[in-house]
Amino acid sequence: MMDAIHFASPPRHEGAETLRQEVRAFLAEQLKDRSPLRKSDSWNGFSREFSRAMGQRGWLGMTWPKRYGGHERSAFERYVVVEEILAAGAPVAAHWIGDRQSGPTILAYGTEEQKQTLLPRIAAGELVFCIGMSEPDSGSDLAATRTRAERVEGGWKVTGTKLWTTNGHNADWMILFCRTSGSTADRQAGTSQFLVDLKNTPGVTIRPIIDLAGQHHFNEVHFDGALLPPDALLGTEGQGWNQVMGELAFERSGPERFLSSIQLIVELVNVLSGRDSDLARAAVGRLVAHLLVLRRLSRGVAAMLEAGENPAIHAAIVKDLGAVFEQSVPEIARTLVDAEPDIGSDHAFQAVLANIMLNAPSWSLRGGTREILRGIIARGIGLR
Amino acid sequence: MSTTDGEMLLDVVDRLFTDLTEDGAMRRARAGEWLGEAWSAVEEMGLPLALVPEEKGGFGIAASDALAIVRLTGRHALPLPLAETMLANHLLAEAGLPLAQGPASIAVAAGAPVPWGRFVRTLVRETSGGGVERVDSWTVTREGRNLANMPRDAVAFATDGSAATHGGLPVLAAGAAIRALQIAGAMERVVELTATHVSERQQFGRPISKFQVVQHEIAKLASEAAAASAAADMAAEGFLRGAAGGLAIAAARVRSGEAVGIGTSVAQQMHGAIGFTEEHRLHWYTTSLWSWRDEFGTHSHWAQKLGAAALAAGGAQFWQFVTEAA
Repeated sequence: MMDAIHFASPPRHEGAETLRQEVRAFLAEQLKDRSPLRKSDSWNGFSREFSRAMGQRGWLGMTWPKRYGGHERSAFERYVVVEEILAAGAPVAAHWIGDRQSGPTILAYGTEEQKQTLLPRIAAGELVFCIGMSEPDSGSDLAATRTRAERVEGGWKVTGTKLWTTNGHNADWMILFCRTSGSTADRQAGTSQFLVDLKNTPGVTIRPIIDLAGQHHFNEVHFDGALLPPDALLGTEGQGWNQVMGELAFERSGPERFLSSIQLIVELVNVLSGRDSDLARAAVGRLVAHLLVLRRLSRGVAAMLEAGENPAIHAAIVKDLGAVFEQSVPEIARTLVDAEPDIGSDHAFQAVLANIMLNAPSWSLRGGTREILRGIIARGIGLR
Repeated sequence: MSTTDGEMLLDVVDRLFTDLTEDGAMRRARAGEWLGEAWSAVEEMGLPLALVPEEKGGFGIAASDALAIVRLTGRHALPLPLAETMLANHLLAEAGLPLAQGPASIAVAAGAPVPWGRFVRTLVRETSGGGVERVDSWTVTREGRNLANMPRDAVAFATDGSAATHGGLPVLAAGAAIRALQIAGAMERVVELTATHVSERQQFGRPISKFQVVQHEIAKLASEAAAASAAADMAAEGFLRGAAGGLAIAAARVRSGEAVGIGTSVAQQMHGAIGFTEEHRLHWYTTSLWSWRDEFGTHSHWAQKLGAAALAAGGAQFWQFVTEAA
């Protein structure tokens, strides 16, 4: 029962520390003109140029085999790159999903041809991926998916609607999760995953959804009898659920789960530096303590993934604690500093505070809601 | 000592602590009694010397295993100054001073009450210059107690002891690391007690663990225990790193102190009225946790220290500070 609350210790990795300095030098050059406000977009910032530059440095697909364009480096080296680019506020959205999630899924379940065709281009920072999971009536309850792929002459015919598809409008490809047999009553059974070439598939319509912050990241993706070729199937027909569950420990435990408001902490430190106040010191000390422990927990999950364990419960703990922390930062900052949130302000603190406040509600929703995560954690320690 | 030997040792110690903390013993300790036989039992196992390197008179127990024993003293809320004695002997060995005979404790320079001051036979006193001295004679000027009713005494020193410089981790930080480990141990026990209680307690015709609101509270408690556990690992690494480990320990104490607040609140609530009685053992852990989080430097002390270091680094260097602090 108590295994769930014990995390592996992150190993010391000297090579990774050398790499860290290389990444910092690269970022200092790449981001020299990027404003604090844009840096606070975290993983929403989109730049194909930046992602291609990452690919050229060999920092995408880092752990994948070289024959698929990867670099056969360790999970810890990848972790260092990922945390550095997030902490620096780099625009990562063009490669984020592909590098973190779609690529590893293709590597695990794809055919040789799918791997040869797609992985080298993801690793080069040339392909943008999105995730086709949520639907209008299927959010946390993913198994309620209604979108259906029917086997027809010449491939698969897809009908249905995906919702909250981040970057759908920019993406080249989607990994679609849908039903291939049975009905919603069959739950997880009869679901599959597909590779959808969004730019070359007739019958796919992508409509923007503007979020609370007034930004366009979300989309509604409508499939109206769209025809996918036979080789669009990813993995095994009917095994979609198990394939998707395998992605989640990767999706839920990375540094993106506690660094979303890091730019606001940086601006807060800028504002408070030099002001000699017990309250300011204690508040900043608390933020640092949380960051250090979350980082340790997250790197512990990375160690467990590297060792071939399945730390699904640990990943849920990281994501839940991380989101609570990230969301607490704007409340703490606005209590300490006498300044209104103002996204158009020339003062970095005010602009970043506004941007962070407007985006924070999504952090405990995306990738598994707080409620779903707490159910997983409770089960993990033996309740139910 | 190999890890397997270490695990075997920890199993034996765990069983010993279980025996030493049966209800009657805990009641006597909380009433102010010195558990002499229990102390003899831990002494017979050589535990007071567990944090002393073999070449300085220890038993060759790996430092990481010794720190795991400290964690077990927390897990059992052991009502003896064992963790303090282990640390005192560690500091004496580091400073090249003679080890303590019998139970020992620590007197920090800031003058906080001395744990078990009336019962121990040796004190390691932190000097204002950051060194340590071994003191065998002092007067207890006020017999105090912490929230768990364990002795925390004001003392006056009759004579100076034998002093030595101490180049490693400051005494206060070393003590803070010890408390972080104990907190993690006790938090783990609180999760177990609470998960068991809600699975057994029936209301409305079913175990209350079937209610989603209860499950989510337990998840919150477990996550805080996980954070406290990682914080303790971080504190242990800081302890072993010596002088450079101070920030890691500060962060560990700040985070685990917060975990105590959230975690004990959930545990007490989930236990209902029975958890608020002297009969139920939950209070051994919650009251100990409430005290440990402010001993060897208060929560506020460590938060301010860590915050001051981060503010000195500044915004531009903030992330670098985070990656290098622990």
